[in-house]
Amino acid sequence: MHKLNFARTALLALALAASAASASTGGGGAVWETWKADNDIRSTASLQRGARNFVNYCLGCHSLQYMRYNRIAQDLGMTEEQVLANLMFSGQRAFDPVLSPMPNKDAESWFGRAPPDLSLIARSRGPDYLFQFLKTFYVDDSRAASTGVNNLRLEGASMPHVLADLQGLQKAVFHVERHTEKADDGREVVTQVKVFDHFEQLRPGKLSPAEYDEFVRDTVNFLDYVGEPTRVQRENLGIWVIGFLLVFTGFAYALKLEIWKDVR
Amino acid sequence: MADASSTAAGGRRSRFYDWLCQRFPIEAFARSQLLEYYAPKNFNFWYYFGVLALVVLVLQIVTGIFLTMNYKPSEAEAFGSVEYIMRDVSWGWLIRYLHSTGASAFFIVIYLHMYRALLYGSLKAPRELVWIFGMLIYAALMAEAFFGYVLPWGNMSYWGAQVIVSLFGAIPGIGEPLVEWIRGDYSISDITLNRFFALHVVALPLVLILLVVAHLVALREVGSNNPDGIEIKKTTDRNGKPLDGIAFHPYYTYKDLVGVGLFLILFAMVVFFAPTFGGLFIEPPNFEPANPLNTPEHIAPVWYFTPYYAILRAVPDKLTGAVLMGAAVLLFFFLPWLDRTKVKSIRYRGLSYKIALALFTVSFVALGWLGLQPAEGTYVLLARIFALIYFLFFLAMPFYTGKFEKTKPEPERVTSHA
Repeated sequence: MHKLNFARTALLALALAASAASASTGGGGAVWETWKADNDIRSTASLQRGARNFVNYCLGCHSLQYMRYNRIAQDLGMTEEQVLANLMFSGQRAFDPVLSPMPNKDAESWFGRAPPDLSLIARSRGPDYLFQFLKTFYVDDSRAASTGVNNLRLEGASMPHVLADLQGLQKAVFHVERHTEKADDGREVVTQVKVFDHFEQLRPGKLSPAEYDEFVRDTVNFLDYVGEPTRVQRENLGIWVIGFLLVFTGFAYALKLEIWKDVR
Repeated sequence: MADASSTAAGGRRSRFYDWLCQRFPIEAFARSQLLEYYAPKNFNFWYYFGVLALVVLVLQIVTGIFLTMNYKPSEAEAFGSVEYIMRDVSWGWLIRYLHSTGASAFFIVIYLHMYRALLYGSLKAPRELVWIFGMLIYAALMAEAFFGYVLPWGNMSYWGAQVIVSLFGAIPGIGEPLVEWIRGDYSISDITLNRFFALHVVALPLVLILLVVAHLVALREVGSNNPDGIEIKKTTDRNGKPLDGIAFHPYYTYKDLVGVGLFLILFAMVVFFAPTFGGLFIEPPNFEPANPLNTPEHIAPVWYFTPYYAILRAVPDKLTGAVLMGAAVLLFFFLPWLDRTKVKSIRYRGLSYKIALALFTVSFVALGWLGLQPAEGTYVLLARIFALIYFLFFLAMPFYTGKFEKTKPEPERVTSHA
């Protein structure tokens, strides 16, 4: 009997902890469906700005190991000289992949884990997630946040807020919601859930909120392009292929009708 | 017109043709399989899916050959080589998307092809062997798809393989050693990837091609069924040609061309505008490399396996779940004998079979959807209900078909014409 009570208390505590965790990772107040990146992969200007942003703010730690500089030049309407002058570190050749100069070993000791390669991040997480991630860093002095900031999309992210300079710093305001659920044995279990409410700006950054949104959108757009550099080509070709197939099938149908004329 | 007095070129060609025919039964083959093979004249769109399956098979083999030229079956290089194909190989992205979309298209086409047999009784005598060979193709295709899914070495590939292979561990006694034998290692590893590659590109394609030949030979022996489910061979003219039959060539070759065209339009829409199909054909976690330390949030197989996966998870006991999952596939093999019907086509069958088939259709689709959801709460309960209906469709079939089924009389001749 005693043991059973203990087990129940432990379970309740676990449920509390779990729901608190899920709330702060984004299950709660923020309606993520409305936080769209709305990036346009066909906008070369946006992609060029995104490439510049990436090189200035991300490449220090994150690589794009499956992306080559000359491919970026070709797809983004730049000459190799322009890419060399604006996007590349010295000593690299145009056909080299976009690799971060930071050694993985150092990264691991500095951040606890090596920063992930971002070649395919837009395909595994989606551009909207990246947009939300880059917008929801908030100041957190608790031990869970080793970098002084936390993130609504990725609880306990080991990435520091490298864009704080541009966005400024914000505080996340949470409120507590009480959830009543029926446990398996029919009893009602009340859990308290920390739900995100809104952000409060603590210190302004160099960019206005609207400008920061554009900055993030361009950067996410570039990562979206990097995830599948052939996408624009694929869609452009698709129109012609489907057009051909429609004509082909039309002729095939006319031919079939002709052949089948004598079948009654 | 085409006699000996025609042009020199024509003469040479016809002499070559004669030479060939004396040494190779090309003309006999064309006669028996195309020109004098009579198919019922009342095929509807359900009869496209056979030729479409053949088209997809060829597509998969051709694109597969080109993928193999650039893919590296090793733990260290597999994931990177797929990205290399997607980015650096000329037209590699197209070949890869054709192959990945082809895999899903294969199952769509095969499921509809099988459903046609359930609708029109094409699996009943004398076509039991056609059905059995077809089911063997389906089973081989599932193995082929599973091995192929592991090759890109994404995180879902890895964990999917982990889950499916570990199912064999539920067999009492030999389970664990068997799993180790399949993997060739203590976990899914480089060794496993290598052997799955060998099975995917050599062993199973050979098995598939052999089975397709057997399927077609058996079909040509007994002749095609049709939407009326009656035998056209019963009413023939004086020469033995079925009155309701038309030559396969040119009639069905040209008609199939239309079907293939329509299929390719839909297929191209997916390849060029939605190759991941919202995460159903290529799943987002598979864009992260295999990572034994990082399990994806929900491990789910690709959509074509999810009905069976839902059945597996509906059972609390792993062994029972795995056995039921196997039984769910195996039961299809017995359909020609479980179904005691006197008429073949759904057009003349009784209400009991129509209701049963409708319930089964809903269950199969629902189980497919449930297999993609997390296995918790209401989802498990629903999966149990639909799994029960799924099995009852087969096991109760001898009772709701046959004597108790109020069928309508079949017509003497096929009713519709194209």
